[in-house]
Order: sequence, then C-alpha cells, then structure tokens
Amino acid sequence: MRAWLRQHRQAMAAAFGKVAAQKAAAALNALVIGIALSLPAGGYALLGSLRAATAGASLEPQLSVFMRVDAKRADTDALGAKLKTDARLRESRFVPREQALKELQATEGLAEVVAALNRNPLPDAFVLRPRSADAPALEALARDLRGLPGVAQVQVDSAWARRLGALAGTARLAIALLAALLAFGMVAITFNTIRLQILTQRAEIEISKLIGATDAFIRRPFFYLGAVQGLAGGLVALAILWGSLAALNVGVAELAASYGSDFRLGFLIPGDALAVLLFSAGLGWFGAYLSVSKYLLEIEPK
Amino acid sequence: MISFSAVAKRYPGGQEALKDVSFSLEQGEFAFIAGHSGAGKSTLLKLIPAIERPSSGAVLVNGQNVGALKRAALPYLRRNLGLVFQDQKLLYDRSVFDNVMLPLGFGELSGREAGRRARAALEKVGLLAREKANPVQLSGGEQQRLAIARAVVNRPAVLIADEPTANLDADSATAVLEIFAAFNQVGVTVLIATHDEALIGRFAKKVLRLAKGSIAV
Repeated sequence: MRAWLRQHRQAMAAAFGKVAAQKAAAALNALVIGIALSLPAGGYALLGSLRAATAGASLEPQLSVFMRVDAKRADTDALGAKLKTDARLRESRFVPREQALKELQATEGLAEVVAALNRNPLPDAFVLRPRSADAPALEALARDLRGLPGVAQVQVDSAWARRLGALAGTARLAIALLAALLAFGMVAITFNTIRLQILTQRAEIEISKLIGATDAFIRRPFFYLGAVQGLAGGLVALAILWGSLAALNVGVAELAASYGSDFRLGFLIPGDALAVLLFSAGLGWFGAYLSVSKYLLEIEPK
Repeated sequence: MISFSAVAKRYPGGQEALKDVSFSLEQGEFAFIAGHSGAGKSTLLKLIPAIERPSSGAVLVNGQNVGALKRAALPYLRRNLGLVFQDQKLLYDRSVFDNVMLPLGFGELSGREAGRRARAALEKVGLLAREKANPVQLSGGEQQRLAIARAVVNRPAVLIADEPTANLDADSATAVLEIFAAFNQVGVTVLIATHDEALIGRFAKKVLRLAKGSIAV
C-alpha cells in the first residue's frame, strides 16, 4: 500500500515535471482545449441565465377572457358563475376593470398615460387556468368561451412561454451535441499529445517493460499528464468564459437598464464550474489511456 | 533453475532461429552460450524472460513454463532475472545513479532503501565514483558495468548477458567477466552468450555450443 502510494506520488511528480519542462507546449495545449471547452460551457452559462430570466413566466397555459366594454354586468356575473363550475378549469380569477386600471397605473411610465384618460378603456376580464395543457383541448375551450354572450375576446396566453421553453430545449440539445463533439476533439488532442510524449520517452518505456515494469506502472505518469493537461484546459475554459461574460455584461447591463431591469449574464454556478474541470480532467485521462494502451500493445512482442 | 526442452523458434516469414534446443542449468551454475553471430544465441536468451515466446517446446524457469505465462505475469518474472542486453539499453537522459534506480522504481522499496541498494550495486561494479555522470561520459567498459549494475540491483537469482564483452578491449572484457564471476561466487546463476572463444577458454565453465539453431555437443 505504501509502495503503491509512493508510485502514484512519483508518477504525479513526473507528470508535473514534464509540464514544467515544456511550458510553451503545455500552455498551447491547455489553450486549445480551453477554447474548445469554453464554447459548450459558455452556451450552458447563457442558457442558465436565460432560464433564470424566464423563471417568473408561467409555462402553464393560461386563458384570458375579455368582456366587451359595454357588456352587461349580469352577463359578466353569469359567466363568472359558469366558469366556477366548469370541470375543464382548475381555477378562474375575475379581474374587474377598475382593478385592471389600478394595476396599469402602478406600472412604471404608464401612470401619466392613465391619468390622461377620461374614462376606463379596460374591460372586465377572467384569467383561467385550464386542467389540460394540450393544444386541441385549449382551442376547444377557447371556442366555447368565445360564443358566450358579452365575451369580446379569448386569448390563449403563455404560448410564447411554451415556444421559449421549446427553444431552450433545442438550444440545450445543440449545446449537448456541441459538447459531445468537442469532447471527442479533446480526447483526440490529448491522445496526440500523449503520443508525442510517449515517443520522446520511448527508450525509457521499452527498457522499463523489458526489466519488469508492469503496464500499470508505465501508464500511470501518462494518466496524470493527460489529466493535468485536461484540468489546465478546463481552467483556461473557465477563464475565457469569465472574461467573455464580463465583457458582454457591459453591453447587457446597458440594454437591461433601458428596460428597467438589472439582468446580467451569470457565470456558471460553482457546482457546474467544478463539473467542467472534472469533465476536462476525465477526458484528458481517457485520451491518455487510449494513447498509452495503444502504444503498449504495439511494442508487445508477438 | 532454467531448462529448455525441444525448443524451436521460427519467426514469421519462415526464418528458423532455433530448431531443437534442450539443456538445463542448475542453480549457481556459470555457463556460456557460444556460437557465431546468427547462430541463435540472442533468440535463446530472449526466451528466458519471455521477450520472445517459443514456437514449440518448453522453457522452464524455476519450474514455470514462461512461454505460457500471461502478459500480466511477465513483469514479475522479469524482476527476478537480471538482464544485460547486447545494446545495453542505458538511458542517456539521466545520471548513472538514476539508471540503476530505474528497476527499483517499480519495486516495493522505499526511496531511501532504494538509493542504498543502487549505490551498493554501483560499488560492486566499481562505478560509485561516477554516479552523477551521464552514461555518455563513460567508456565502453564502464557502460557495460553500468548495465550490469542495473541488472543486479534487484538481487536476481539469475544473471543473463548477451555479448557483454563485444566491442571491449581485452582488459575491459576481463574486468567485466570477473564481475560476473564474482556474482556467481555468491550463488547467482549466470548465463552469458558470447562469440569470444578466448574468453571462454579463460573462464572455462559449462559451455553450450549453438550452431545453426541447435546445441552441438
């Protein structure tokens, strides 16, 4: 056990020694891997910000029923009572026109506009939450409601939210595909670097094997080298991401301020940042594994 | 200790390096394998640490059929054999001392104990004073002695050397063979391949004469 730990310590030291001995090459490798990884990591971070920004929006379908402005109070009350008992609805909320006007007044920048009106242009409205979210059922419900007396308009809300959700899902899939592709690329990069490293140490490997080193012993320093290289690439990716978001946020802050929002593109949460590092180190390790295993098989006497 | 029975080795392409080789070495023996270059000496030696595997027949080391050993078992076989290669296979990117440390790195010894062992091995071959030198700075005879130091540092029961005196002048060759004789005296089984008949005469021990892939008696 102690010998095993010592061998790991030595293998790790050897890996760091090699990185230190070839600083320029190691830095370039880390940069290549970092740039490749920063793309999916960046996409993921943007998606995270987007999700946070739209979290307030309901993805549940909502129906708004607007009464005619000149609708009779009796029609409105009858509809309210009918909606309360409709089995297709989970909830119905009545928004009287006076309340709607008050809400409008409270909205930034509109108070003066509302004050300038000499009468309330807003109709009474009902906000409904249907039980079923599928499109045909919603359409049927909207059609029924449109035919009722006093109803001016029925609007299926949250269609935009569902579209956004579908868009986000597509984006997430695209990022996953990009990440998978770049992961392959990263394994290939590590494979090649480790291969070059193996070639410079060909004599040592061959001799070690001849005089009794196990394959595991020979592989170990290369595993560490691959993992260290992957880890360095991961750190570069996070740095690129951080720098890019900081630069983008200057513009985003300005844009958001003009909408009265303090929205910013957020960096990855610590757990995700750690995942990026572990993922890149793991890929580096895997690339090294493929490379060394292939080489050991090549030099195996037949 | 080591025994060959009806061993043949054919390389892909039909070349037959060994035809029918049978012999056995007892523990503590000192034997030469003599023969012209191309007689199959190197091939025969490579079969013992399973660097090559026989096409037919059996090679036994300590009763173990090494030709049938699994890949994963080979390192442990090789650690018990001290191998001196024809081209020495020294590493020129590190010091004499680190060359001797190489086989200790994958063993079980702690760093301090390994260093002590390496220095003891260097002392036995008379290279302790050159431990910090690079192998390129050594003479041919010194390089050969370094190769021996690396072979014995794990205290193997068997020492196997392929042409250890090739390219050495007579004095250096004698010095190298005296080192092998000294290890033999403390009980190490020694098997040396050479084409140098003069040396065989001077260190006359058991001699296996290899000609055209077979042992001639």
